[in-house]
Amino acid sequence: MNRADVIIIGGGIMGASAAFFLRQHGQSVILLERGLIGQQASGVNFGNVRRQGRHLHQLPLANRAREIWLRLPELIGEDCELVTAGHLRVAHTSEMADRMAAYADDSRAYGLDLEMLSANALRDRFPYLGTQLVAGCHDATGGHANPRLTAPAIGRAAARAGADVREQTEVTGIAHQAGEFTVAIAGGASVCAPVLLITAGAWAGKLSAQFGEPVPLAVHGPQMTVTEPLPYRIAPTIGVSTPHLHETVYFRQVKRGNIVCGGFARGPASAETNRATVLPEAILGQMEQLRRVMPGFARVQTIRSWSGIESYLPDDCPIMGPSVTTPGLFYAFGFCGAGFQIGPGVGAVMAELIATGRTDTPIEPYAIGRFAR
Amino acid sequence: MAGPRVIIIGAGPAGVRAAETLVAAGLVPTVIDEGQRAGGQVYRRPPAGFTRPAAQVYGADAAKAQALHARFDALAIDYRPETLAWAVRDQTLHIARDGVAEALPFDALILATGATDRLAPVAGWTLPGCYSLGGAQIALKAQACSIGARPVFVGTGPLLYLVAWQYVKAGVAVAAVLDTAPRGAQLRALPDLMLRPGLLARGLAMQVRLRAAGVTMAQGVTPLAIAGAHEVTGLRYRTAAGVERTIAGDAVAMGFHLRPETQLADLAGCPFVFDEALQQWRPEADRDGRTPRAGVYVAGDGLRILGADAAEVSGQLAARAVMADAGIASNARETARLYTRKARLERFARGLATAFPWPAQMAAATPDAVMVCRCEGITAGDLRDVAGDKNAPELNRAKALSRIGMGRCQGRFCGPAAAEILAAARGVPLRDVGRLRSAAPVKPLPMATRTAPTTEPDA
Amino acid sequence: MSGQPTGRLRRLAETARAPVTIRVDGVPVTALAGDTVLVAVLAAGRVLRQADFGGGDRAGFCLMGACQDCWMWTAAGERLRACTTPVAAGMDLATQTPGEDTWPAHA
Repeated sequence: MNRADVIIIGGGIMGASAAFFLRQHGQSVILLERGLIGQQASGVNFGNVRRQGRHLHQLPLANRAREIWLRLPELIGEDCELVTAGHLRVAHTSEMADRMAAYADDSRAYGLDLEMLSANALRDRFPYLGTQLVAGCHDATGGHANPRLTAPAIGRAAARAGADVREQTEVTGIAHQAGEFTVAIAGGASVCAPVLLITAGAWAGKLSAQFGEPVPLAVHGPQMTVTEPLPYRIAPTIGVSTPHLHETVYFRQVKRGNIVCGGFARGPASAETNRATVLPEAILGQMEQLRRVMPGFARVQTIRSWSGIESYLPDDCPIMGPSVTTPGLFYAFGFCGAGFQIGPGVGAVMAELIATGRTDTPIEPYAIGRFAR
Repeated sequence: MAGPRVIIIGAGPAGVRAAETLVAAGLVPTVIDEGQRAGGQVYRRPPAGFTRPAAQVYGADAAKAQALHARFDALAIDYRPETLAWAVRDQTLHIARDGVAEALPFDALILATGATDRLAPVAGWTLPGCYSLGGAQIALKAQACSIGARPVFVGTGPLLYLVAWQYVKAGVAVAAVLDTAPRGAQLRALPDLMLRPGLLARGLAMQVRLRAAGVTMAQGVTPLAIAGAHEVTGLRYRTAAGVERTIAGDAVAMGFHLRPETQLADLAGCPFVFDEALQQWRPEADRDGRTPRAGVYVAGDGLRILGADAAEVSGQLAARAVMADAGIASNARETARLYTRKARLERFARGLATAFPWPAQMAAATPDAVMVCRCEGITAGDLRDVAGDKNAPELNRAKALSRIGMGRCQGRFCGPAAAEILAAARGVPLRDVGRLRSAAPVKPLPMATRTAPTTEPDA
Repeated sequence: MSGQPTGRLRRLAETARAPVTIRVDGVPVTALAGDTVLVAVLAAGRVLRQADFGGGDRAGFCLMGACQDCWMWTAAGERLRACTTPVAAGMDLATQTPGEDTWPAHA
């Protein structure tokens, strides 16, 4: 069948989630993915499932996503190794502690119940943390999951629900005529639909430009490392709240014991060559910062690193919503390294928007029109 | 005198001969060695204070080992022992020793990184008492120990017979030498093996002497399981005739020839080619060891498994290529001689691959319950699940979904069998499932590692 | 010269080296100068560590720093790779996973 109600270009967590939820709305879907579902940013990111720290205007979306995360086993038959054992932000300075406290106050109205912890309280609750940390802010509902598994699992659920999920399928051109999108695929075939959703991440900018809506999309490579398996003793995801990029390190211990770490730098990445690099200097610099947060890191080994291609907009907000230029065209891309937790929510919102014409979850700040000349 | 800054990784036969060649041309290469003392694995030197004569440690290879050690000891180079080369990016090598990291710029990098045993899993192979053939040999050579009182040797390759014989000579009651290579494989390989009659004769003599020493010998064997609940108690196998037998023993030494250490070549951006004869991937290189990546050369078993003698030739050729590319002249006749010798050794190596083939079918048929990834505890069944339900078409996707190859060893010991299992599950040729990509650090790097403070001259 | 009967590895020669005393799981063990930690532990005992997954004891495999199957804890919560670490007097090693007071230790 080469026709559907909706064609989705880009099989990361956004596209896979949208496909799944469009099926819940009874819409037929063709999902086109050049490689394998969840292979790009969705599969290489840190895996934080957190609400704390997001822009306040993003919290309704994060709240909606959280409800879906908690129901994943019921919805897709897998839990993607979701752990909700807390999310802790820590600060090196009293200035950052004050900012965390202000955020804790401001976010209360959006449903977050954050607990500020003094230096002493921090060490009582989490005795492995470095003694120089001045404060922490804890969200008991935060946690993490396995990004390598999640988008693929959602993609499989979408397929079981009747979505036509096509991996190893490269889009070679898009035409729009008389209210219909015709998407050409490498090999000569094409698929048609009245609605097109672009969730192509770092590669979406080229597509939006084709429709007269270019955006200043930048790409960077996250610097991810992982330790050997260790006794499971660190419950929350932990991250440093700081204005300095080099101090921004974060880590989470998975149940199997490895500690996934990230931060310190953004590495070189290219959406043309599809390559991203972990800088050896970043591995060393990250280790130094991690040792500040948890001295116990000094005793264990890093065994692997990876990067990927994450896309960013200059205002640290994604593109979500309808096209300004083209009826029937929708976008969800450019999630600035913070798309994992909201991913399922993004899919639900886009599906709702496409299927019903509206959504109650506010996404106006993400309108593509904000970059119009 | 400024010449190209050359770094050699590895101080085995390839690395030592490369270093020697460069030194003779007036260069001062840096040699990075993970070991305590130069020699690599095959000519590994016991620690200082060990007194066995070379003949006892290296047997028939004593003269070669001593010659190589003497060559190395005579070199004026920048030698970095106990140093891990953990990453390479652009023209910089990243090393670490004793918790201190250093970034070394280079004009030319010679990867002489050697090899490890190539393993196919057998049920029970993670039990205490089961070691690789190389491990069994290192225990004896470098530590004067036996892996047990009654070891069983299983697998294939020249190392199978060599190490078993070394054990017997050392007075150990070797229970059995069980070769998975089919009867007749050695015969078929004779034309190529005859290119090195001395080595061939030695190999045959070893087999004769093992038998004479009362060791159970068999070919065409299929190992079924290493027996024991908490540690090795023996090995169950099927003979070529289809009879199931169990041999008692308190240790197993297993291995199926070798696989090259290629992680740094991968990180350096070297493209890889699939070697049909050996059924494994290796870095692409010309006959001198030049890779398509400018400034990066490979030599020895780290390029292609050809053995120690070929490694010595290959190290010299790589060094000569470095020199040629830097505009330093070298003796063309000598290079031609090296090419001729290498061609002969390559043919011999092809003979070994014929005589002792990698047991592809056995590996592909690893039972579901058998652990393939020792580091992460992933079974063949786990891998087949992601090949099927989760549609993993190649190894890196299979790794992301099953965790195979995600452990500390980065797939060194599970990779070969994982590839066979995945290819069979997908119904595709082995090369189509690709190879596990390497990541920095290529071996575990202590998180206490600090960058060396740069010593600034006083202003 | 035979090894101690309880050890996995058998010493065949080179036994005239200086003794080195270490502790393994709190028990004094006499190794020889020049032993790797792997040999020091397994010449007297039978196990190096617990497997991370799937249960069971591990006692090393490749002896050349490639398989990474011989990483041990020290009693103080440090890590070392037994086959590539020379034994040193006073080493205090553990074949079992340490408690949380040891790792991640109190800062």
